[in-house]
Amino acid sequence: MDNIAGTKSSLTWAVHISVAALVLLWIFPTLGLLVSSFRTTDQIRTSGWWAAMFPAVQNETLRAADPDEFRVDLGEGRFMVEGNLFVVDGQVESAEDVPAEISVWGTSSRDIDAYVPGETADLGDGETMTVQSNGDYVWEGNDDQLSGRGQRVFVTAESPPEFTFANYRNVLFDPGNREGMAKAFFNTLTVTIPATIIPILIAAFAAYALAWMEFPGRALLVAAVVALLVVPLQLALIPLLTLHNAVGIGKGYLGVWLAHTGFGLPLAIYLLRNYMVGLPREVIENARVDGATEFQIFTRIILPLSFPALASFAIFQFLWTWNDLLVAMVFLIDASGETTVMTRQIVELMGTRGGDWEILATSAFVSIAVPLVVFFTMQRYLVRGLLAGSVK
Amino acid sequence: MNPALQGLITIVVGVGGCVAYFYFSNQFLDKVLFPSRGPNAGRNINRANAIRPWLFMFPAIFALGLYLAYPVFETLRLSVTDRSAGGAFIGGENYAQMFGESKFWEAVRNNVMWLLIVPAASTAFGLLAAQLTDRIKWGSLAKSLIFMPMAISFVGAAVIFKLIYDARPEDVAQIGVLNAIYLQLGGESPITWLTVPFWNNFFLMIVLIWIQTGFAMVILSAALRGIPEETVEAAIVDGANPFQIFFKIKIPQIAGTIVVVWTTITIVVLKIFDIVFAMTNGQWETQVLANYMYDKLFRANDWGVGSASAMIIMLMVTPILVWNVYNARKEMR
Repeated sequence: MDNIAGTKSSLTWAVHISVAALVLLWIFPTLGLLVSSFRTTDQIRTSGWWAAMFPAVQNETLRAADPDEFRVDLGEGRFMVEGNLFVVDGQVESAEDVPAEISVWGTSSRDIDAYVPGETADLGDGETMTVQSNGDYVWEGNDDQLSGRGQRVFVTAESPPEFTFANYRNVLFDPGNREGMAKAFFNTLTVTIPATIIPILIAAFAAYALAWMEFPGRALLVAAVVALLVVPLQLALIPLLTLHNAVGIGKGYLGVWLAHTGFGLPLAIYLLRNYMVGLPREVIENARVDGATEFQIFTRIILPLSFPALASFAIFQFLWTWNDLLVAMVFLIDASGETTVMTRQIVELMGTRGGDWEILATSAFVSIAVPLVVFFTMQRYLVRGLLAGSVK
Repeated sequence: MNPALQGLITIVVGVGGCVAYFYFSNQFLDKVLFPSRGPNAGRNINRANAIRPWLFMFPAIFALGLYLAYPVFETLRLSVTDRSAGGAFIGGENYAQMFGESKFWEAVRNNVMWLLIVPAASTAFGLLAAQLTDRIKWGSLAKSLIFMPMAISFVGAAVIFKLIYDARPEDVAQIGVLNAIYLQLGGESPITWLTVPFWNNFFLMIVLIWIQTGFAMVILSAALRGIPEETVEAAIVDGANPFQIFFKIKIPQIAGTIVVVWTTITIVVLKIFDIVFAMTNGQWETQVLANYMYDKLFRANDWGVGSASAMIIMLMVTPILVWNVYNARKEMR
């Protein structure tokens, strides 16, 4: 619309560039974590994760093997030494393992990029040197030339970016790893699923009553739900923990499920009521005229029609319970630590393994991967829920 | 028992119990208590319909009352009693003790800073992102990438940003991007950003701003779309430039939504706990009220002062609570 009068806005490019900058700024932190989780301990220690994207270019000085020991007599006074520069240097076991690729090389420190791989360097008086891109070399010359120390070769080698799944294997699938995330992942899942499903049904019935049934005090109850929407759950910690202990639930899954149900209800009722109020009045009244009971109207008409709102709330509640730390610490995790959830585990790792980024990054990414998948697949419902849920 | 099995049973019992409760209580109401047959059919139907809403709402009201309403009063009671003296009433002593602690005032100061900065910055960035992505082709992709941190837990975000703020000794390569940039720009030696008093608060706030901007953007983007086209067209015809259109035509029309976004983020900020707990745990002068409260309740085991600080959080939320209720009631009429 900015170009409505036929004048294309000169700002268009500025807009594209600023959006790109903003997006980059916003995904950069997450990207750092993701990339780090695929790097080895050594790589993380020695360079920033942003360097992992590019091939590492290194200048190295390597030496051919000791001619006195390894030279082969070719006859007619000529000798040859053959091998692999990286193997001689001790970097790798065999020529197949060479990680790097030589882009240029030379035999003099003043001219280190004199030759490309495969070229033969003339070292004078018939002495020659050929180096391939993987470091294989052939060095030929007479008795005099092939003695003493091995010929120096200056190479510029490029190693491709290297990534590993070892961190994930270690964190998720190593049964011997007591700091692993497998159990915590499972515990989080155990907390999340019932805590997402149970409030939906309870809230749906209440929301229907608040939306479509006439009774005294309805407005007051809606106001109460709106009020409870913002009550900090911090207030509930001690009173409810005391209560749970008193009735014998103690710390455990049942307690955390109940707590999440209670804390999730105001948003659930509010979202669902707002949605149900907007459903067409005729449908409900026709059903009433046709003799349907309220229970039938609810289960046959309202519930199916409210699916988008139910999905919205389910996503909210899922994200919230999956990502929660405080409620789990207070109502679930006991001294044994058997029921620890991922968020808690990560906080603990931050304390004990603060510098070991390969473990931290991988653990954190394991815990945020599931919400990210949910987010990207169900974004539509999430946005719709947000729009309905923010108090207008 | 295996927790997975326990979880499955809980789902079945919970969902099945709910369904059974709603179904059978309705049956009971219609068939046994007030049957819609016989001599009093009409009266019975009316009575049943008067009771039914409460039947529908009972589980929700019970849970809300027990898990949210009751704790408010119980916390109030705990805050004016002494647990070690068997719950004797001691008036404002807990509050007096709390007001005498410097850590408490540090938490209040930091919370106020969070309240001033985070909602403002998130809303501003959100508005910027919403406006910029409004008319470009790949806008929805850009929006979903900026929105993505919403799905990431505070703890996950804490790890992400700790990596950014990481500091290594001077003679080795920096792996924290902030220090790498700082040294590039001519900084002398790497800084451990999270231990610099006062300023470290801002480094923590950035984490929440990063998360909440997406939320602000989504809501404000919808509001911008809702602006009647004619108003903008009229402004263009009158020769307004894009900045004038944005600030003088669009902003005033979405002012209501901006307030909503602002207050919603404010509530999140008031309860902020995980980020501080995971990144600094309130050390180096980064304490906030919710973490102070957690310290008191579960580390010092001082329920009195802990509850008193919870009441302070409640007190700070109350104006927004009243405002929301007032608006909701206005809308219902």
